[in-house]
Amino acid sequence: MKPRHKRIAFIASGVLCLGVATALVLNAFQSNLVFFHSPSDVLAGKAPKDKAFRVGGMVEKGSVKRVGDGLTVQFMVTDTVKTIPVAYTGTLPDLFREGKGVVAQGRIRPDGVFQASEVLAKHDENYMPPEAATAIEHAQKASKSLK
Amino acid sequence: MNWGSPAEFFAMGGYAFYVWGSFGVCMIAVVIETILLFRRRTNLLLQLKSESSGNP
Amino acid sequence: MFSLFNWFRYASPQTFYPLAGRMIPWFAGAAAVFAAAGLYVGFFVAPTDAQQSEVYRVIFIHVPVSWMSMFIYLVMAAWGAIGLAFNTRLSFMMARSLAPTGALFAFLSLWTGALWGRPTWGTWWVWDARLTSELILLFLYLGVMALQAAIDDQRRGDRAGALLAIIGAINVPIIYFSVVWWNTLHQGASVSLTRAPSMARAMLAGMLLMSLACWMYSIAVSLARARCIMLERERHTAWVGELAGSAS
Repeated sequence: MKPRHKRIAFIASGVLCLGVATALVLNAFQSNLVFFHSPSDVLAGKAPKDKAFRVGGMVEKGSVKRVGDGLTVQFMVTDTVKTIPVAYTGTLPDLFREGKGVVAQGRIRPDGVFQASEVLAKHDENYMPPEAATAIEHAQKASKSLK
Repeated sequence: MNWGSPAEFFAMGGYAFYVWGSFGVCMIAVVIETILLFRRRTNLLLQLKSESSGNP
Repeated sequence: MFSLFNWFRYASPQTFYPLAGRMIPWFAGAAAVFAAAGLYVGFFVAPTDAQQSEVYRVIFIHVPVSWMSMFIYLVMAAWGAIGLAFNTRLSFMMARSLAPTGALFAFLSLWTGALWGRPTWGTWWVWDARLTSELILLFLYLGVMALQAAIDDQRRGDRAGALLAIIGAINVPIIYFSVVWWNTLHQGASVSLTRAPSMARAMLAGMLLMSLACWMYSIAVSLARARCIMLERERHTAWVGELAGSAS
């Protein structure tokens, strides 16, 4: 083999090894880098029971309640199939809204309520001016009332 | 036009720190990189010149 | 093969040096024009966002620098691969000239992301797949630069750096698709090749103009750095001697 061919063969085999290594790393990622669990996962017992984890989903519309001192909030997190109640004391991020995404870290209390130590807002990738947003909301309401 | 006054523009709806912090640091980074490159080139040319006049 | 060989000889540092010198002012000028237009559209034409209000304007710098950090890495790895395969001097020089600019963009991506995440998500940093893989990208850039600098023999340093760059290139698709493959706090892509962008037109225009500015800036800066590297490496050749002698 000419040196150049040898070199190209060397690179090709290197890339192949790399592909295999990546597949393995991705596989490891898949099981470890789950940033949050959905309420369905949690209720099916897929979330860790003995340590803190994150639950993610939508804040159910109309479910946000201030309790007691006014600093503690309770709301329902839903993935549209299952729902878990979440309790949290502290300041909420600016984008914490009903009907929008949320990721809460904490653990399940014996009474089934998820006690969060941290609440993060997960927003979507849509950017639009307020007028467009209200127009879409109206359209959605109109189509709902037609059904 | 989005802003009623310069003050409103700089306030960025209360997010001034985050918006200007992002744009400002990026601008500083670009300026620093450019200055470093200019200095690298000037020093290099000076060096090469002294080398070429030192041993022709 | 003969014509290919000829082409490589044409792309020698000696021929490329003056050509790059003539191109730099054009790219630098274009960068300034695009940046001015992008900032104008981003701050004065693009409307406020319904959910995030004004803080969303970080997008006009965050997305362009993030794209650039990924794209420069791929170009750097490609130059490294060409250098390894064909043993061309110029490709290794180009690979080296891109690394610091790429690292800078990766850092700026993390920095602007932190400043955007704090008010919107409620945190500067989370270890989700998107943010973690972008951090790995920054470390890859630093690793390539450290490796190149650590090996005294310049040719071996070039090869080692190129190899690491190629291996690390696998991280780029991981960054890009992380928001699809895993549950992340980071939202999905607003702009992709496969569907219509999910943002208002003026917002999109501002982002694309800023991206073009980043492109032009990167090209200008990496060409300027490549010219320095050419002079440093070829300092004992006749053409650099002539050039240094004639420069007054």
